[in-house]
Amino acid sequence: MTTFSLMKSLFFVISCVLIAACSGKTETANGSAEKIATSEEINDMSIYQLTSSWQTQDGDEMTWSDLEGEVLVTVMIYTSCKAACPRLVADMRALEEKVGKTSAPVRYILVSIDPETDTPERLKEFARLNKMDGDQWLFLRSTEDNTREFANVMAVKYARISPLDFSHSNIISVFDRRGAMVHQMEGLAVNNDQTIEAILIASR
Amino acid sequence: MQTPVFILFSALLIGTTHDPVKNGMSRVEGGRYVPMYGAGKNETVTVGSFEMDKLPVTNADFMAFVKQHPRWRKSAAPKLFADAGYLKNWTEDLSFPPSMADAPVTNISWFAAKAYCECQGKRLPTTHEWEFAAMAGYKYRDERRDSLFSARILAAYETPKTYLKPVGQSRANYWGLYNLNELVWEWTSDFGSVMMSGENRSSDARNLFCGAGSLNATDLMNYAAFMRYAFRSSIQARFTINNLGFRCAR
Repeated sequence: MTTFSLMKSLFFVISCVLIAACSGKTETANGSAEKIATSEEINDMSIYQLTSSWQTQDGDEMTWSDLEGEVLVTVMIYTSCKAACPRLVADMRALEEKVGKTSAPVRYILVSIDPETDTPERLKEFARLNKMDGDQWLFLRSTEDNTREFANVMAVKYARISPLDFSHSNIISVFDRRGAMVHQMEGLAVNNDQTIEAILIASR
Repeated sequence: MQTPVFILFSALLIGTTHDPVKNGMSRVEGGRYVPMYGAGKNETVTVGSFEMDKLPVTNADFMAFVKQHPRWRKSAAPKLFADAGYLKNWTEDLSFPPSMADAPVTNISWFAAKAYCECQGKRLPTTHEWEFAAMAGYKYRDERRDSLFSARILAAYETPKTYLKPVGQSRANYWGLYNLNELVWEWTSDFGSVMMSGENRSSDARNLFCGAGSLNATDLMNYAAFMRYAFRSSIQARFTINNLGFRCAR
């Protein structure tokens, strides 16, 4: 994909989100609005209420509500990161390994805070290098605006501190099968017993 | 001929509560400045030119918005996007005490403020834009070194319940902007971009107000700005607070 067509798809994402944000409806770019509208008892704390569109490492478009029914484990990183991210990534892999097979699907999601640099191609390469190329791994990027909004939902703070580097919170969050946050793990290489338990309970 | 007409026109405007001159936006010419936080030590930041609402968004303004967008009414806003105190001084979904009409809307979450601005075809200002605009005094674009300037802001911060006062009743700053430091504190689009209190936000952050980050300040004299950065770093996007409102930019 060329830079130009990438820019175009980003513009598409922006325009869709602006329309959705102001229509007051939970409409999304790919028509998943119906699903939200019919499910009456949408949890008031569910992240499915975010109408933003995201691009995966395979270049597919998706919204959070597409992941309904799955347990989500999320973290925010950027692929050119040399400091905390490798450890955060290791923490994610440790969680995935220890949780193992579950009855409900668990999706491990790495959200880029540097969408400009982290193109789908780059995310895919990062996934491959870190042996995170199974179906349970999802890498996402969106517009800067949507990224900031998602970070705010997770109470993750971040800032670009140089052209290449970001400073950011080290938080791993767990969402249940209806999109409500049930647990957060703060810090690097901390004891992950509680997080594993939260994932196991949510995926029962 | 033109001058008398202008005077007559101006005279008609004086004394009205909804001064149309004050509505709308002002253009802020971009430039370079050294912010207190959010850049390296003494590092200069470039801010592009932008437009900013002259006044904070009022309760009356926000009423017009929720009438059109029921999703953001007091009883309807999802808990993900606003905590339990959302619009708590409003009596019902579509009513508040009449005295509040021209006062800045407060108890508003970042998500609600963002949605409001997007529906006006605008956005929230960035922290750098807001601070750049707010360092202007009456005469110059940067009066931070003027002790009277800081004293005035701190005096306003000390005055209780300023969120109940009507907007636009005082002097505009160099850019023609009102009340930036007088009535309420204001949301910025990237309020979470300065990390000065570390990651320990497990306690109720609204009570968190300490001096932990002060040693990094590039300008220790500007205590008022320090208070704003400390406040921003202590809040989360769904928080709603009595003295926190917003205005939009473009």
